Amino acid sequence: MNLIIGAFTMGLILALLSLGTLISFRMIRFTDITVDGSITLGAAISAVMLINGHGPLTALLASIAGGALAGTVTGVLHTRFKIPQILSGILVMTALYSVNLRVMGRSNIPLLDVCTLSDPVEKWLQTLTGTSGPFILGWKIHGQDLAVFLTSLGICAGVGFLLWRFLLTHFGTALRAAGHNPQMVKAQGVNPNTMVILSLAISNALVALSGCLLAQYQGFGDVQMGIGMMVWGLASIIIGEALVRRGGIGVAITGVILGTILFRLLIAIALRWGMNPNDLKLVTAIFVFLALVAPNGTGKIIHFFQGGKNRA
Amino acid sequence: MAQEKSSTFSREEKTVLDIQNLSQTFFPKTPNSVQALQGVSLHIEKESFTAIIGTNGSGKSTLLNAVAGTFLSDQGRILLDGHDITRWPEHRRAFLIGRVFQNPFAGTAAEMTLAENLAIAMRRGQKRPLSTALSKKVRQEMTEKVASLKMSLENRLDNPIGTLSGGQRQALTLLMATWLRPRLLLLDEHTAALDPKSAAQVAELTRQIIRSERLTALMVTHSMQQSVELPDRIVMMHKGKIVEDYEGERKGRVRIPDLMAAFDRVRQRELFDASVAEMVAMQYI
Repeated sequence: MNLIIGAFTMGLILALLSLGTLISFRMIRFTDITVDGSITLGAAISAVMLINGHGPLTALLASIAGGALAGTVTGVLHTRFKIPQILSGILVMTALYSVNLRVMGRSNIPLLDVCTLSDPVEKWLQTLTGTSGPFILGWKIHGQDLAVFLTSLGICAGVGFLLWRFLLTHFGTALRAAGHNPQMVKAQGVNPNTMVILSLAISNALVALSGCLLAQYQGFGDVQMGIGMMVWGLASIIIGEALVRRGGIGVAITGVILGTILFRLLIAIALRWGMNPNDLKLVTAIFVFLALVAPNGTGKIIHFFQGGKNRA
Repeated sequence: MAQEKSSTFSREEKTVLDIQNLSQTFFPKTPNSVQALQGVSLHIEKESFTAIIGTNGSGKSTLLNAVAGTFLSDQGRILLDGHDITRWPEHRRAFLIGRVFQNPFAGTAAEMTLAENLAIAMRRGQKRPLSTALSKKVRQEMTEKVASLKMSLENRLDNPIGTLSGGQRQALTLLMATWLRPRLLLLDEHTAALDPKSAAQVAELTRQIIRSERLTALMVTHSMQQSVELPDRIVMMHKGKIVEDYEGERKGRVRIPDLMAAFDRVRQRELFDASVAEMVAMQYI
């Protein structure tokens, strides 16, 4: 049970990263590798602020601001200086590696005995249940784990809801169109470059928020933690799209959150069965490759299973 | 200074679009250098419908794109509705200009729904606030307007616009370009990529909208028939210059053979010029 709660918590935290990737990769068609740097930036900023005695909320806001700044730089490199998408991302990601080391001062910051976002929730749970480890379905749960889970759930649901409402506004609609058809939005009076920069800022802010929560959950911030994160985001999006198929914005957002959780569950199970953790990124990359070369490939697999069920 | 400015505008009270001595060279100082526009001046009157015709490479599309702001011209000025828009970027001009493109896929976002596309057009060139784009009231308005196209698209407002045919998308693009009354409507061969039936349908719709909304329109076309039937003025371009201008009564009398003859005249004059140049070169150099 603790394993499942752990996978869910991890899934909810990384869902923020997936939502960020959803904005860049799907909404404005920008393959943004900045993600690998900005998730670490979020973790680095929040880790440093927490060990220096700042409140978790301040740390969270600072992380978001840092991520937004990183995304803005990538956007400006691409739109203003006409550097190709991938290269803009790579430049910022590479630069962020040094920035992150500077911010942290060393390559790893352990976060023991600091006040995190979930602490108030944990106290509230304790007073509510009267124990530090409530039983759920007959399983004893660590109060701390449950608190982190609930905090992540709250933040993820809140962010998902805000994002959903935002993308349905006049502004959000124009932002989505800017990625699909820049010529059209220009003819409608919108500068697509501004929209690209803004989308990347929002996207990387979400990624940094994810990094901030991840550092608090894992109990450390590490300069290497961002490697391959963008591909994880893509994998989650692909799984999410296979889960919910086509639909509106709300459906897509829900799908991505569910997809990330499912992806983490699959990983947890695979690791439990003895998969070498070192192979994780290889397997993820192959999975994303397969999904990209086979259009609707995941859909077909799902369809196959559904068809099989019907026949049985 | 201010007096001078106001006098310029009052003199041209009826002029909406004033193109002054516009020149544009693509790839300057290279072997591929093209003088696409060579000092073009054109006045477009309020509530008039002008067609620009010409052969490939005559500069007609370049002229339209110069007005739309796809590029900023090397020389000359463009005044639109009292604004000097010569240096305005493309997206800023959308405040005054509605556009329909040749490619039926260019004017709409394929993966977004009809309603979402229309919602974007409802705020062409305006501020886009953080309020819900598709309120009930807005949807009601959309249903009515889309129903007026008589293409039974009003029940498909929530379908992706990419599921529609080229003709349907072009009709919707036209609706989007004119949802907020534009000071100038630019039509860039907007029926050229459609099958004959859809082309006729969109041409008829164009005529209706321009007439009922009393719009000022500038249309580039390849179709002689369209240029004779739809607009009330025909401007013929050749090699970056305006070579013929049929207006008023003269436009009323012009028929397709007249236009063909005019094309031939222009070409003959050019051939003559070329052969004279060759002769001169042979004899004197």
